[in-house]
Amino acid sequence: MSDLAQVSPRAFRWARRRASAAGFWRSLRRDKLALTSLVVLVLFVVLAVVAPWVSNRADFNVINTGDNPVWAKPSGQYLLGTDNYGRSVALQVLWGARVSLFVGVAATVLTIVLGTLVGISAGFFGGWIDAVLMRITDWFLVIPFLPFAIVLASVLGRSLWNIVFVIGITSWPSTARLVRSQVLSLRERLYVDRARALGGGRAHIIGRHILPNVTPLVLASTTLAVPISILTETTLAFLGLGDPTDVSWGGILDQARTAAAVTTNRWWYYLPPGVAIIMVVLAFTIFGRALEAILDPRLRDR
Amino acid sequence: MSARFLLRKVLGAISTLAFVVTVNFFLFRVVNDDPTATMYRGRNMKPEQIASLRQKFNLDGSKWEQYLAYLRQLLRGDLGLSMKGSREVSAVIGEAIWPTLLLVGCSTLLAMLGITLGYRAGWRRGSGFDTSATSFSMLTYAMPDFWIGMVALGLFSVKLGWFPVSGLEDPGSAATGISQLLDQLHHMALPAIVLALAYVGEYMIVARSAMIETLSEDYLQLARAKGLRDAEVRRRHAVPNARLPVVSLSAINFGFVVGGAIAVESLFSWPGIGQLTSLAVKGPDFPVLQGLFLLLSAAVILANLVADLLYSRLDPRAGGR
Repeated sequence: MSDLAQVSPRAFRWARRRASAAGFWRSLRRDKLALTSLVVLVLFVVLAVVAPWVSNRADFNVINTGDNPVWAKPSGQYLLGTDNYGRSVALQVLWGARVSLFVGVAATVLTIVLGTLVGISAGFFGGWIDAVLMRITDWFLVIPFLPFAIVLASVLGRSLWNIVFVIGITSWPSTARLVRSQVLSLRERLYVDRARALGGGRAHIIGRHILPNVTPLVLASTTLAVPISILTETTLAFLGLGDPTDVSWGGILDQARTAAAVTTNRWWYYLPPGVAIIMVVLAFTIFGRALEAILDPRLRDR
Repeated sequence: MSARFLLRKVLGAISTLAFVVTVNFFLFRVVNDDPTATMYRGRNMKPEQIASLRQKFNLDGSKWEQYLAYLRQLLRGDLGLSMKGSREVSAVIGEAIWPTLLLVGCSTLLAMLGITLGYRAGWRRGSGFDTSATSFSMLTYAMPDFWIGMVALGLFSVKLGWFPVSGLEDPGSAATGISQLLDQLHHMALPAIVLALAYVGEYMIVARSAMIETLSEDYLQLARAKGLRDAEVRRRHAVPNARLPVVSLSAINFGFVVGGAIAVESLFSWPGIGQLTSLAVKGPDFPVLQGLFLLLSAAVILANLVADLLYSRLDPRAGGR
């Protein structure tokens, strides 16, 4: 203990962070399924990032595919076959990963930022601010999520950022509730009292004590919100509300249906994007659950 | 249930409904300030024609006047005119409700089988059955419902030819009575099974965790100590106590039933609320979308109210909240 006293607070803090990161990694390593999910996620992210270097977006532009065979079955040349315009399905799925992952992550960031802001303000300030914010949150919670997203997307028009906005604005309330309940219990902790007694202002208390303590929980809920955002984007795109200039997994499925791929039994057009969605959503869900279990010991025995 | 509790819940529901009405107006008249633009844009229309269009869809006057006019119109039960064919929106929606209630109602009943499975999985937590049930529900959760539909359609309707591809009944069929009913059931089977697959996981998970909650209760120990058989302890002592969250989930889900399965109905061309929604999006037919959104929200708000009241009835501890 005498050593500890001589360490600077900064070094001590870093040592503590390193130790908790190491502990986190140890817990994660035991969970083989979560680790596999992480590998799958990293793989998809890498594929999405390198797509512009390993392939050319113009290769599956309708104006350039006139010479390609239409409805070619999967083969060495076209890994997943081609569609009714002779576009390579494999290329579309690869580029679709970019849009689906981007929308999933961006919409989740918006959700989390909005939810955390509302949750912390309501929980920390209490009183009428809490009452008003929670009333609004309840309103948003009750409105059926998908119809609201569909109506909003139709009114705003088809674009990538509109989709992100629509998903963010319709899914923040559950995060707000989660953060608020956490803040309510944090607010009464002794170290918060201590900070207040020492003259710490609101900004200091929120920034140094409340925010760092809600972060782990928010992180886990972020990982679980991404798959929901991805599935919502998929449904919106399938209903024809996606960005018309970009290809996402849901958008491919919409085109597959329009091109009658299902009724003419061209399975290679609609199976691959669906499998990609399932893999990414499952991986995010499993990894998110594992994260939640590690960060919140109460859940460990469930 | 105290009168105060009842009053608070009812007032909460009314305020939510008022919020939805306002959002509905805001979206279709402020964010998109001229819903008729899609009708005349790019067309060679005389100013008088545009003016009469605007008048037909109540777009004259200040926003505030329009809002009051919208409220008055709603109080009369009038949802306005659809842009396609200028039919009453309420009539267009009314036609679509029954097919949806039939389809989604049947699939919900099927999906509720998940409740029994969930209870069993929770009772034998960690068993092989539990692991496969949990994995199954995670897998179905990860699949977009319409994609399950596409795969099922490709396999069972197109490849194997067991089910018709789309619609409510065979086109041009003059069948009546029993044979008409059988034909409709035949058309409904595949979309209903697909929807049930999409929903079953949620029921299973909720039932399972409700069961796990009760596992540590003393009265189960007591029941076992009395010498009751395992199945009897589960059926008579655990399940009734694990019923609460499941009942409220079912009540809330009932509100979503009306919203139907937008993408699945559209995939199977099932002439319900879902297909109507996707057609209105494609139009776009804003008055129909506006009416649909109001109806779907009202259904969910009502279902939530019922779920709350049901919950406090079943669990007296919740009444005082």
